[in-house]
Amino acid sequence: MAATDFEKLSVESATVHEQPSAWARVRRNASVRIGGVAMGLLLLIALAAPWLGTVDPSLFDPASRDLLPGKLGEITTLEGETLQHRFLMGSDSFGRDIYSRVIYGTQVSLVVGLCTALVSLAVGIVLGLLAGFFRRLDGPLMRLMDGLMAIPAILIAIALVAMWKGTLLTVVVAIAIPEIPRVTRLVRSLVLSIREEPYVEAAISLGTPTWKIMGRHILPNCVAPLVVQGTFICASGILTEAILSFLGVGLPPDIPTWGNVMAEGRAQFNEYPHNIFFPGIFLAVTVLAVNILGDGLRDTLDPKMAKRG
Amino acid sequence: MNTDAPILQVENLTIALPSGGDRATAVRNVSFSVGRGEILCLVGESGSGKSVIAQGVMGLLPKSLPVQSGRILLQGEDITHAPLSRLRELRATRMSMIFQEPMTALNPVMTCGDQIDEVLRQHTRLSPAERRDKVLAIVREVLLPDPERMVASYPHQLSGGQRQRIMIAMALVLDPVLLIADEPTTALDVTTQAQILKLVLDLQGRHGAGVLFITHDFGVVAEVAHRVAVLRLGDLVEVGSKHDVLQRPSHDYTRMLMAAVPTLHLKQRPHDPGAPVVLKVQGLHKTYQDKRWFGPARQVQAAQDVTFEIRRGQTLGIVGESGSGKSTVARCIVRLIDPSGGSVMLGGDRPGEAAEDIAMMPAARLRPLRRRVQIVFQDPYRSLNPRRNVADAMVEGPMNYGLGRVEALQRARQLLAMVRLPESALERYPHQFSGGQRQRICIARALMMEPELLVADEAVSALDVSVQAQVLDLFEEIRSRLNLAMLFITHDLRVASQVCDQLAVMSKGQVVEYGPAHQVFGRPQHAYTQALFAAAPGRDFAFSGA
Repeated sequence: MAATDFEKLSVESATVHEQPSAWARVRRNASVRIGGVAMGLLLLIALAAPWLGTVDPSLFDPASRDLLPGKLGEITTLEGETLQHRFLMGSDSFGRDIYSRVIYGTQVSLVVGLCTALVSLAVGIVLGLLAGFFRRLDGPLMRLMDGLMAIPAILIAIALVAMWKGTLLTVVVAIAIPEIPRVTRLVRSLVLSIREEPYVEAAISLGTPTWKIMGRHILPNCVAPLVVQGTFICASGILTEAILSFLGVGLPPDIPTWGNVMAEGRAQFNEYPHNIFFPGIFLAVTVLAVNILGDGLRDTLDPKMAKRG
Repeated sequence: MNTDAPILQVENLTIALPSGGDRATAVRNVSFSVGRGEILCLVGESGSGKSVIAQGVMGLLPKSLPVQSGRILLQGEDITHAPLSRLRELRATRMSMIFQEPMTALNPVMTCGDQIDEVLRQHTRLSPAERRDKVLAIVREVLLPDPERMVASYPHQLSGGQRQRIMIAMALVLDPVLLIADEPTTALDVTTQAQILKLVLDLQGRHGAGVLFITHDFGVVAEVAHRVAVLRLGDLVEVGSKHDVLQRPSHDYTRMLMAAVPTLHLKQRPHDPGAPVVLKVQGLHKTYQDKRWFGPARQVQAAQDVTFEIRRGQTLGIVGESGSGKSTVARCIVRLIDPSGGSVMLGGDRPGEAAEDIAMMPAARLRPLRRRVQIVFQDPYRSLNPRRNVADAMVEGPMNYGLGRVEALQRARQLLAMVRLPESALERYPHQFSGGQRQRICIARALMMEPELLVADEAVSALDVSVQAQVLDLFEEIRSRLNLAMLFITHDLRVASQVCDQLAVMSKGQVVEYGPAHQVFGRPQHAYTQALFAAAPGRDFAFSGA
């Protein structure tokens, strides 16, 4: 009987491809490693801020104003106790320790970056699924998104923070809103292409309800590009927060953020550049690390978007 | 120059694969030669390394696939490790290549004439007027109508067959001694394919070039080859004359392949004309409308007035070329798209049950009926969600209709056994299976719903010939064991002849001929059906694997 011959001689059984899993490819990528390690260090700094030789970032001492980096000075705690303290990154014109403010500022920046990415992804995914799946909603929703994209992001953010009060929540929301159209567009285009895949059509013929098709078959196959997009939103969120603070429309000046520190150092930049130099370095390194991580993730998770090298 | 010497000699060629692949070499110790005026067909299933050899000869191998040992001689000159500058001189002048997909092989932003002209500009010192004459002459030679207009056209303005003719014109304009054709007709419809094959044969005869013709289709081999070389997993298992290899194969693998080539002779099958009708399609049509802001809406009639019926235990085949509307009909029946009109009566084959028209049924009422019609798609690589394992894929359907996971898994195990996959397959993910295995999983997934009608939309078209034979056997077995009605959509007459009881031939959205398979095959009435049958490659050739 010929059937046994087929099974013995058929080439097929010998050519089953075992691809390395996506996670294995991600871990091998140099950009992911560099960006990941840098982000890990920053996260560690943010979490361990109280134990890194810092003092309360809101403490000031008129006697220690405008100290240069590395100088020894004194600082008074809230209990009225006066401590000797080495100002590693100098002090500002109120006598606050810039090192402590920059280290604590890491917490704010990372929280803002992460939350912005999560909020805009969450809203964008919902809107994108709706636009991609329901023809009637597609037009109105996407025109709304087009309108939102026509206004510069920073203007929307300034307007929103000015309307509300400058708290962490309002800043995150204000930065996230202009990012939503980008996520919505991405998710919509992914939904439009994935819903044409035969496995989605198979699910339809298997009687799977629409919401289950979205959750089971479409969303899981959008994860890779969304993770990549998330990192870029995170980086731009961190930058936008610093810009808002620098312009004085972000978090109140007593909260230590890199933008606030730089804003206060602006007037004295010629005499005391350290006021701006150190938070600037931290900001640049953080944004660079997130972007490198995102590039690496894009190259490994989403080879279609990656540039050929 | 010695005219008897072969044009191309490949000696003990070994090309490495990057480490971590499923084998160490893409091809191993392959030797063959192509003589002047000879057509050598290089055949093999996917992954056999046939395209790698073509790339090796043209010097187009990527860096990850280096030539490890052996030699490639073009008219006696060793070009195995020739520098890029020398290869550039040789390409188009002494050897040239035509590809499978003419749309992507041609530059979409240049006119066809400019692209042929570019070859001449690179390699000759002809004046613009002489070049233009030569371009027009070669375009005329590949029998393109209205050459002046053709050279001024962009690739997207031409049909697939016309594009492939432009590719051939480009390849032959400088009269190379060696032409490499890598699956040149695979992307074309069968009637176009027949014309292109005839053209290649004509031109080759006139120019006397040697041709290395790569294909997986044995019908095409029977049509064009002088000699045949068979590859299996990078090893050359057999070289010989067409008749020796196709009719008296000496190697087991070749014998198996020949036995797997579907014949054009109808299989005799038991026939029960009194079986109840499961599906009755009447006057089905589907019109696509392209709404525009300005001007009138454009209409495309994808299917018009399609009428047929399928009885229990029988297979209706719909054959036709691309764009004939056969898949549209399948999708309307499964209700993946909504028909524009007509009726699709499902059921009524059981006593006490009336047939229901599902053509326009709203989604909520349709849902309980969906399980009775299931579909298997063409592309096994996209038919399974890559992020869900086989167990999840298989139990999804029955669980949608209230079956418990445990019972569903129980049924899944039985069906996996039926499609001859081990139970351990349940825990694995789609990427761990080959194309044929995935197609078996898709069939099992469809059967999980215990359907009355199984629609196979080009379900074996993407599979290699030996795998195709196995999956066709499986379809036959399932149909007779479960007494299913089947709708089998295919462009391949050989496949249709193997499984169909009834046959509907579609062209331009209409059924042009419909009747019992032996009638349609034996005495085709409609001119289109006759043309389709006449174009089937290798139709008079008797393959023999015994």
